[in-house]
Amino acid sequence: MMFFSKLVTYIPSLLKGLGITLELTLLSAIIGFFAAIFLVVGVLYGNRFFKILCNFIITIIRGTPMMVQLFLIYFGLPGINIKLSPLTAAVIAFIINSSAYQAEYLKGGFMAISKEQIEAAYSIGLNKWDAIRLIVFPQAFRFAIPALSNEIVYLIQYTSVAYTIGLPELFYISKNFASKTYMNLEIYLFIGIIYLIFIYIITKLTDIVEKKLYIPGFDTSHLK
Amino acid sequence: MEENLLIIENIEKAFGSQKVLDGVSFKLNKGDVKVIVGPSGTGKSTLLRCINLLNPPDKGRIYLQNTEITQLPHSKIPSIRQKIGMVFQHFALFNHLSAIDNVALGLIKVKKMNKTDAYEKAMFELKRVGLDQHKDKYPAQLSGGQKQRVGIARALAMDPLLILFDEPTSALDPELIGEVLQVMQNLAKEGMTMICVTHEMGFAKSVANEVIFMEKGKIVEQGPPLKLFTEATHPRTREFLSKISELYGESEKK
Ligand SMILES: Nc1ncnc2c1ncn2[C@@H]1O[C@H](COP(=O)(O)OP(=O)(O)OP(=O)(O)O)[C@@H](O)[C@H]1O
Ligand SMILES: [Mg+2]
Repeated sequence: MMFFSKLVTYIPSLLKGLGITLELTLLSAIIGFFAAIFLVVGVLYGNRFFKILCNFIITIIRGTPMMVQLFLIYFGLPGINIKLSPLTAAVIAFIINSSAYQAEYLKGGFMAISKEQIEAAYSIGLNKWDAIRLIVFPQAFRFAIPALSNEIVYLIQYTSVAYTIGLPELFYISKNFASKTYMNLEIYLFIGIIYLIFIYIITKLTDIVEKKLYIPGFDTSHLK
Repeated sequence: MEENLLIIENIEKAFGSQKVLDGVSFKLNKGDVKVIVGPSGTGKSTLLRCINLLNPPDKGRIYLQNTEITQLPHSKIPSIRQKIGMVFQHFALFNHLSAIDNVALGLIKVKKMNKTDAYEKAMFELKRVGLDQHKDKYPAQLSGGQKQRVGIARALAMDPLLILFDEPTSALDPELIGEVLQVMQNLAKEGMTMICVTHEMGFAKSVANEVIFMEKGKIVEQGPPLKLFTEATHPRTREFLSKISELYGESEKK
């Protein structure tokens, strides 16, 4: 019970840490999603320049460790006089990183849409961008939901590496607690459960979204 | 220039080094129904796709209502396409939209109709193909024949000057072919201008005013269906036509 009495004093900072973890996760997931749309459309429908550029960006991001990207932004950029707070640096690094992965998941969905449907869209007079927006994207997104929901789960967990640049997120606070109280077992079990709860909630939420958007014929179970 | 709805003048199309269309010309008047037949790989689909500029021809000209459409800037192409309906072999319905939304989409997004009018018109077209009962079903919930009829309603909704049909029944089970041909026959009788790539010779005999036999990217012979069936001048035409009436004879009887 020693643990819980100590924990109580830490509740405010743990809550703050949790807030930062969720903020980082949601910002990277959401802004990363829009950046991913840009990347995938660039890769699949852009002109030569955009195709090469977007492919290049995706390859670089997926080909380097997250930690390297994070350190480059936080410790590297000051070298050219760009100094960012840990939170800003982490948000930027995670958005960039997540966008490349989300782009890959969306790409699978985009490529599952038959060329004939796009031609049918053209045949009624839609232009290329409307065909992508109204026909391809809504279907591609549905196909990609299971993979995108995995990405959010992954983000919640992986934001913990931001402790390395001193961002006081959930893991950082716990580490702090452990080093002050030596109650390693208790605190890591405790925040493990907190992560688990949030991941469970996210999984349930994405299930709800998937069901809400369900359309007969869009059986994505084979992608899970 | 005379009053033809569509004039195809000497069009050529190659994919890489393979010449797929090699100087095809014909004319179409309002209300004409032309049936195009020919062996696989002859360029029938490519010809249709040239007409609605999905694959613009390399050479030659196409005039729609006496306006050349083969030299248009990219931005003008969608406005031409909405005047030319297309019905696809594998239906190509928008899988995330219900039957009525498939039909209404072009009205709302291309013709900028307000939703009430668009859905009213979409409903009218679905009735025309006998599918008003199924308006809220998604493509995955429809049979092949029903899907194809939605495809036809989608083309009709745009009030096109003509409709191109690319083997509209060849992906269907035999027992579903009849319902689609029936709809096409009704359209023909209502005066819709149509170019149909199909091997359904019963359909050709009953409504086409001309059958075009194509081979290797060229028109070998063309003429009124009965004339072509009974007294084709070209031996290849006779050979081909007798082969397909053998193959497709059964669904013709239905
Ligand atoms: N986009 C393309 N790229 C390369 N080759 C193509 C393309 N479209 C068609 N072809 C080739 O052009 C030739 C004619 O094709 P097309 O589809 O027009 O024939 P078809 O007469 O419609 O045949 P089928 O009866 O089998 O449908 C074929 O050899 C085909 O492989
Ligand atoms: Mg074809």
